[in-house]
Amino acid sequence: MSQDTLFDKVWDLHKVSSLPGGSDQIFIGLHLIHEVTSPQAFGALKEKKLKVKFPDRTVATVDHIVPTDNQSRPFKDNLAEQMIETLEKNCLEHKIRFFNIGSGNQGIVHVVAPELGLTQPGMTIACGDSHTSTHGAFGSIAFGIGTSQVRDVLATQTLAMNKLKVRQIWCDNKLSKGVYAKDLVLHIINKLGVKAGVGFAYEFAGPAIHELSMEERMTICNMSIEGGARCGYINPDEKTFSYIKNKLYAPKNEHWDRALRWWESLKSDENSIYDDVIKLDASRVEPTVTWGITPGQSISINQQIPLLDELSPNDKLVAEEAYEYMSFKPGQLIKDTPIDVCFIGSCTNGRISDLRVAAKVLKGKKVSKNVKAFAVPGSEKVATEAKEEGLDQIFKDSGFQWREPGCSMCLAMNSDKLIGNQVSASSSNRNFKGRQGSPSGRTLLMSPAMVAAAAINGKVSDVREFIN
Amino acid sequence: MKSEFTPPIGKISNMNGKCISLIGNDIDTDRIIPARFLKCVNFDSLGESVFEDDRKTLKGKHPFDLEENKYASILVVNSNFGCGSSREHAPQALMRWGIKAIIGESFADIFYSNCIAIGIPCFTLPKKSIEEIQNYCDNQSLFLEIDLKNSSAQSKDLNFNLEIKESSRKMFLSGEWDATSTLLDNKNLIENKFNQLPYIKFNTNI
Repeated sequence: MSQDTLFDKVWDLHKVSSLPGGSDQIFIGLHLIHEVTSPQAFGALKEKKLKVKFPDRTVATVDHIVPTDNQSRPFKDNLAEQMIETLEKNCLEHKIRFFNIGSGNQGIVHVVAPELGLTQPGMTIACGDSHTSTHGAFGSIAFGIGTSQVRDVLATQTLAMNKLKVRQIWCDNKLSKGVYAKDLVLHIINKLGVKAGVGFAYEFAGPAIHELSMEERMTICNMSIEGGARCGYINPDEKTFSYIKNKLYAPKNEHWDRALRWWESLKSDENSIYDDVIKLDASRVEPTVTWGITPGQSISINQQIPLLDELSPNDKLVAEEAYEYMSFKPGQLIKDTPIDVCFIGSCTNGRISDLRVAAKVLKGKKVSKNVKAFAVPGSEKVATEAKEEGLDQIFKDSGFQWREPGCSMCLAMNSDKLIGNQVSASSSNRNFKGRQGSPSGRTLLMSPAMVAAAAINGKVSDVREFIN
Repeated sequence: MKSEFTPPIGKISNMNGKCISLIGNDIDTDRIIPARFLKCVNFDSLGESVFEDDRKTLKGKHPFDLEENKYASILVVNSNFGCGSSREHAPQALMRWGIKAIIGESFADIFYSNCIAIGIPCFTLPKKSIEEIQNYCDNQSLFLEIDLKNSSAQSKDLNFNLEIKESSRKMFLSGEWDATSTLLDNKNLIENKFNQLPYIKFNTNI
């Protein structure tokens, strides 16, 4: 059992009690909600005649269902309109802070909370969304929950949970030029498998992780869940603190000094004990692309889609399903696969640094005439910053559509969807069957820079050929 | 729907029913309930849409469409079932279709928690035993009697010792799987914890 890791320390700090069944009751420091997984939770509160216990510790925004072309109200989609109205009503009734469209602070919940300084080291953070692991980039312990657990957090600010084991993933050296956090995390998931993280929190550590910016760290922690780990985190450091400083909800003045002293003390001890440790060499990671129907089915840009014989017995069943669904032949090169749609956005890669990297590749170039490409900023703040830097113009000049903030085609709950068996190059997080809105649509996950390169060439390309 | 849905309440100790086998690893929650069905403010009509896209693709041959599985209530799956999105809509859709318990090689963490929170026990068995059950189901009907007190599953031909997390087993037997009231019992401890947390003091503007 792990000892003296950051995970242990934050867990112990938030433990309210040991429950009769043997699980722990954990206090949730920050609760984030959105329109999709909260309405039934508020409904359950009403049924049980309960109130929200700490309304100040819950923050809401709207992201999954918002249209990205025309956000004027009422939305064209009646069901989407009903969902946003329900959230508005629930927040008003229970006095919960709500960052609505046009507030300047709306966006994907996992982009918004960090950029407002709500996400801080040492907190426990829960949200009815599996990518809540994103917030672990700040040294918080953050995890996704379902709607009944959203109800429990609203009613009690606590959850009944079993403590996770801790696996350290130590990344040596540093990433090469043209290789990004997305490539590293896809590589990690491929090496460990999509279910290796079940029952674990992942601690990402080592020189390659230390080197990453906060936004890159968020990309890594975001995808912990794709490796099965509902929680992923990184020990906080100077980069963490300077990212938070001066954000809207960051501690100010003398409170900042107190916060900083506490945060500086928060990290896994040098001699802490892990349940498992994995080491890998980040300098060997290459631009990585998924070829299958799970985020673990990825290869380097110059590799061939694996043959069945090259896979472990456990991976064969899903591989066979993937060849058929994706219409790929074992042994085929992934490079030069024709692309129909390019999507840059999502809680994984929809932040300002992602847009900057993609814009750099796109500048002065044109999107292939066979490709429909669109960029969806992760939040209103990201959109504003991008416009100030002229990035929106670079995207538009290249032939990309520039959209309003939201989750968009990561999960296709709005009208941004693949059609038929289109192939997308996507900076999002899931390549599941049907994930991007068409039951036969095919998704290739990659970094935003690689999506930009694919958009220009109309086929899967090595971004390193664009940036030398 | 087959009959009017009533959610489970209180103590859960026995489940008897027909097994329905669904073969495949890493079956994610997008497949169990595609995102377009999440546009709702309650869970009521999810049962009919469970596995919608997979069922359409298989044109009536999906296990959830076979006549002989119409009244099945124990789902038998392979490894990492329920991975991906945290949407509770997935187990809610299964439950509203008629599933009362799931036996599998392994489950994704959030899916497992969601099942516990709504009263669906999830049991694990080794790959070999799961395959044995799935093969049996291919040829004939399998009715299992599950007893949570001793974690056993029995039919006229087969016997298994099911695995389940001890904390989950106890919660079902005591009825505390519906956690809200148990958590609220500790309201003084919750207040104390709130007042002790360092960041509550320096986050004066939240």
